Amino acid sequence: MTINKPAKAGTLESNDIYVMIMPSDEGVNIELESIVEDQFGDDIREVIKSKLSEMGITSVLVKATDKGALDYTIRARIEAAVTRGL
Amino acid sequence: MPGNNPGMLQTAPVFGADSVILDLEDAVAITEKDSARILIREALKSNDYTGVEVVIRINPMSTPFAHDDIDAMARLKPDAILLPKATPEDMKELDKMLDRIEKEEGMEPGTIKVHALVETAYGVETVYETIKVSTRCEAVLLGGEDLAADLAIKRSKDSEELFYARTKIVNACRALKIASIDTPFTDTNDYEGLKADTEKAKKLGFGGKLSINPRQIDMIHQVYSPTEAEIQHARRVMYAKDEAEKEGLGVFSLDGKMVDLPIINRAQNTLDVAKLIGLI
Repeated sequence: MTINKPAKAGTLESNDIYVMIMPSDEGVNIELESIVEDQFGDDIREVIKSKLSEMGITSVLVKATDKGALDYTIRARIEAAVTRGL
Repeated sequence: MPGNNPGMLQTAPVFGADSVILDLEDAVAITEKDSARILIREALKSNDYTGVEVVIRINPMSTPFAHDDIDAMARLKPDAILLPKATPEDMKELDKMLDRIEKEEGMEPGTIKVHALVETAYGVETVYETIKVSTRCEAVLLGGEDLAADLAIKRSKDSEELFYARTKIVNACRALKIASIDTPFTDTNDYEGLKADTEKAKKLGFGGKLSINPRQIDMIHQVYSPTEAEIQHARRVMYAKDEAEKEGLGVFSLDGKMVDLPIINRAQNTLDVAKLIGLI
C-alpha cells in the first residue's frame, strides 16, 4: 500500500501519541519525540515499524510526539493515520 | 469512557464499576470516529477487562457513523452494544445487522446483547415495543439530559421532570423481565444530591444507576447494597419459609406479620444481591 497524502492521528494528551505521516520515496523514516525516549524510544520505533510493515507500507515519513502511549495506542494511531493517508 | 482517550480506556477496569461504557458517540469528535473505533479495538485486544462488563455505545442509527460502528465493534464481541436514542425501529435495524455479523463471524445467534438508551419522548412512549422487538435487549438505560432537551424543559436536581419517564421505563423493564438503569446525576461535586437521586431511583425500582465520574461509584454501590439489618431480616424470612414448608404450611408469620410470596421474593432478591457484591 502507498501513502498518497499527509495524514495525522492521536493527540498530545497524556498516554497518547500524536502521529503525522507524509508520502515519501525514501523508505520508512521515523522522527520521534518522546517523554520516555531514554527508556523506551527504541521500543516505540520498533512498534511503529512493525505496524507499518503489517499494513504493507514500505515508504513513509512518520513524525511522532509520544506522551507515554502504550503499544496498543501506538499501533492504533499508526493504523488510523495510514488509513487516512491512503 | 471516551473511546478516543487511551488514558481512560486503559484505566476503565480499575474503578470498581460493574459495567463500563466505551463511547463512540458524544465523547468523540465527528472527525475522530474512525480513529476511536481502531483505538477501542486495540484496547480490547490488549487490556484486561476481566470482572467488568464492557459495553460500547455506538452513534445513533440516524447518523452516517452507526453502520461502520456496528460493523467494527460487534466483531469484537463486547458484552453489549448500547443503542442511543433507542426506538423500536432502530432496535429492529440493529438486531438485523447483528444477526448478519454473528453469522459472518461464526458466533452463536444472539451472542451480542443490546442495551437501549431511551432519551427521547418517542423513545419513552415506545420503550415496551423497543424491548419486545429484540430478544437481545437485556437492559434499558434512561438518558435524562437528552430527554429534557427533547421535551424542551430544564433539568433540576430533584429530577421531578423525569418521574413519568422513570416509572414508564421501570414498569416496561419489569414486565419484560430485563434490567433498568437510571440516568446519571450530573453534579459530580454534590455527593448528598447523588445519594438522594440514587435513593429515589432505587425506590422507583431501577436496578442500578449510571455514573459519569469514577468518584460516584462508591456512593451508588452504597445505596444499592443491602444493609446488614436487611440481610439479617432476609435470612430470617427464608429460614421461616423453610421451617413452614417442613411443617406443610402455606402461609406463615414472622414478627407478627404475615409473610407471603412477594415478601419471600424480596428477601431472596436481597440475599442474591448481597451474594453478588460479596457481602455474604
